Amino acid sequence: MNTIEEIHKIREEKKKELELRINTKSDTREKHILVCHGTGCTSSKSPEILENFRKTLEEKNIENVRVIKTGCFGLCAKGPVVIIRPENTFYAHVKPEDCEEIIQTHIVENKRVERLLCKDIDGKLVEKLDELEFYKKQQRIVLKNCGVINPEDIDEYIAFDGYLALEKVLKEMTPDEVIEEVTKSGLRGRGGAGFPTGKKWLFAKQAEGEQKYVVCNADEGDPGAFMDRSVLEGDPHCVIEAMMIAGYAIGANEGYIYVRAEYPIAVKRFQIAIDQAREKGILGKNIFGTDFEFDLHIRLGAGAFVCGEETALLESIEGRRGQPRLKPPFPANSGLWKCPTLINNVETYANITKIIRNGADWYASIGTEGSKGTKVFALGGNVNNIGLVEVPMGTTLREIVYDIGGGIPNKREFKAAQTGGPSGGCIPAEYLDTPIDYESLKEIGSMMGSGGLIVMDDSKCMVNLAKFYLGFTVDESCGKCNPCRIGTKRMYEILEKLTNGEGTLADIDKLEELTKTISKASVCGLGQTASNPVISTLKYFRNEYEEHAVDKKCSTNECKKLAKIEINPELCKGCGLCQKNCPVGAIEGEGPGTKRQINQEKCIKCGTCISKCPFKAIK
Amino acid sequence: MGENKCQCGNSKKDCFMKDLLKEYKPEKDNLIQILNSVQEHYGYIPKHAQEEISEYLNMPMAEIYGVITFYSRFTLEPKGKYNIAICLGTACFVKGSEKILDRAKERLKIEPGQTTEDGLFSLEETRCVGACGLAPVFTVNGEVYGMATVQILDQVIDQILKENT
Repeated sequence: MNTIEEIHKIREEKKKELELRINTKSDTREKHILVCHGTGCTSSKSPEILENFRKTLEEKNIENVRVIKTGCFGLCAKGPVVIIRPENTFYAHVKPEDCEEIIQTHIVENKRVERLLCKDIDGKLVEKLDELEFYKKQQRIVLKNCGVINPEDIDEYIAFDGYLALEKVLKEMTPDEVIEEVTKSGLRGRGGAGFPTGKKWLFAKQAEGEQKYVVCNADEGDPGAFMDRSVLEGDPHCVIEAMMIAGYAIGANEGYIYVRAEYPIAVKRFQIAIDQAREKGILGKNIFGTDFEFDLHIRLGAGAFVCGEETALLESIEGRRGQPRLKPPFPANSGLWKCPTLINNVETYANITKIIRNGADWYASIGTEGSKGTKVFALGGNVNNIGLVEVPMGTTLREIVYDIGGGIPNKREFKAAQTGGPSGGCIPAEYLDTPIDYESLKEIGSMMGSGGLIVMDDSKCMVNLAKFYLGFTVDESCGKCNPCRIGTKRMYEILEKLTNGEGTLADIDKLEELTKTISKASVCGLGQTASNPVISTLKYFRNEYEEHAVDKKCSTNECKKLAKIEINPELCKGCGLCQKNCPVGAIEGEGPGTKRQINQEKCIKCGTCISKCPFKAIK
Repeated sequence: MGENKCQCGNSKKDCFMKDLLKEYKPEKDNLIQILNSVQEHYGYIPKHAQEEISEYLNMPMAEIYGVITFYSRFTLEPKGKYNIAICLGTACFVKGSEKILDRAKERLKIEPGQTTEDGLFSLEETRCVGACGLAPVFTVNGEVYGMATVQILDQVIDQILKENT
């Protein structure tokens, strides 16, 4: 256990040692090789890369170079990613066998391994991380430490002002002042609904009860969203610190974090972080010499989307089926084991330490009138730079998709962006210039959601997409209330009829009616928002629904029962490449020069032939 | 049967459950944590484990069954030697993972959630494994295949079949 003086000492010493991580002009002779260990890069062998770097350094007897495991840098599409500090050189798509060359060329000869440098969208070779277009419009508050520190080393967190906010709160502020500061910052819940965080804290503080709890919702169930995971993987201590600050503010001495079991790396790192904080005496009793005490436990989810709903989450922590409770009473008054409970999402907590350290006024100066601060998005789908981006509220969709995301690949057109996952909606091209904040997204029929942002190009069928989301909701509906359990199933069936070419215009009307009933009558947020993907696609892409219903046609060819892939005999040169690549042998015709034909009965519409045809003869 | 016996003379499967339950207080809150460990160890939740948990936590079997069937991570049947999981997260879906799933169903002649008769393959739909930068992805026993295509899936299945004949 360390005293507060010892922690100050760690901070001072480590700060000097780690200066080269943030200062490119550092005159140190040391170098740090940072290897991304986020889930994406880890699945492309970054642990092996780290090992190879260490081995090569040892073999070559090189000193003054350290190899460090870090969290996500954000640019997942270029992974595995390696950064060399202090110069901030960014190497993309590194393979384990490249390590020796990087050490020899970069470290020994002080040159650059050009073939591994990153090409920006315009084809220009970029050496430094901060010169990439991807990072230029971003502002990193939540992700400040991600990709900078080793998440498994508490000393590195302390060096970058970690646990300073907690110290300030415990020594200089009353619980009321803490809540006042959070309220003044204008921070709103990042889980999706956007409830003012300060107000939530105040309710929990005012609630009567001897035992209170602080809970962190890390059940990031929106498929295609990975913001919370990246924070837990890259900077777990900032969540611990914020939960402790919340505990102090509302009068709780125990916290729970509910994490998806599908995030093994995040769970492991968070456990390491808890253990290290306990060892240092940061979690436990008499924290920093005060009489404040706090301890923290991890609870694993087991794959149920509905557990992201706060009362379902509480049920699950208590060991039961994750079915939502009726509100009121709200968790602030009757939550975990019927005690007053404060529940916030990971990203919300990750903002707290910075608000306390830099002040509410600083935070409130970022963002728009009603939505302060930044928002982290998991940018995915048909966009060039897939990854994690953090932008000030008020940034437009166009800036995210084109400036940061680098636009749509394969010379295709933007068709829609989907925010909010299965609870959100599709935003068409005409709203690309809408500034992103809670209100404006709601106005155009979507929602902020937790931060999944999926871009779709013009090859995507919106009816099929609505069916995809409804399929998800049908699977994940907990079954407690009828509108959601039965209603989503009926909606799914209608969408299935439409995509099979068996639907009619009357079905579309019925679909529309169902969306209204289900939104109004469902018990929890899952059911109330389940219709959103249908409502928004109906609003902006009604013609596609009608095309499926009336013409029995899907112009994107995505709906397989309606699709027909054909070879244009005028363009076919008979090279046979399509035939060679067809996985089911559905292409007929023999010898070079013979025009090929597709046997529609055998064809599974996988589209391989379309991508392989050098003459663009297949559609 | 030597290797299935523990040093204490009991069969190893009993010992795992005993050791596991020792780690937890007999409180109902711990049910999901225990089930997660059991699922990880066996690859499914066998009946004998449910019985032992039921006794330890003093809970009816029906209630435990209710929790198991509620959460998609828990399964009641053993998985195949090779568990192919196809990511149907939105990022993967938009990049065409449905086609890969269809191909897997066709090749293995099973539906998601099922295991082939010879116990070699099982097929699973998952929601986001978190490798969205590599979309579309599928995993075989946890190993990630990124930027996947129908061809890559075919190659992987062929390779497994070759190694197991």
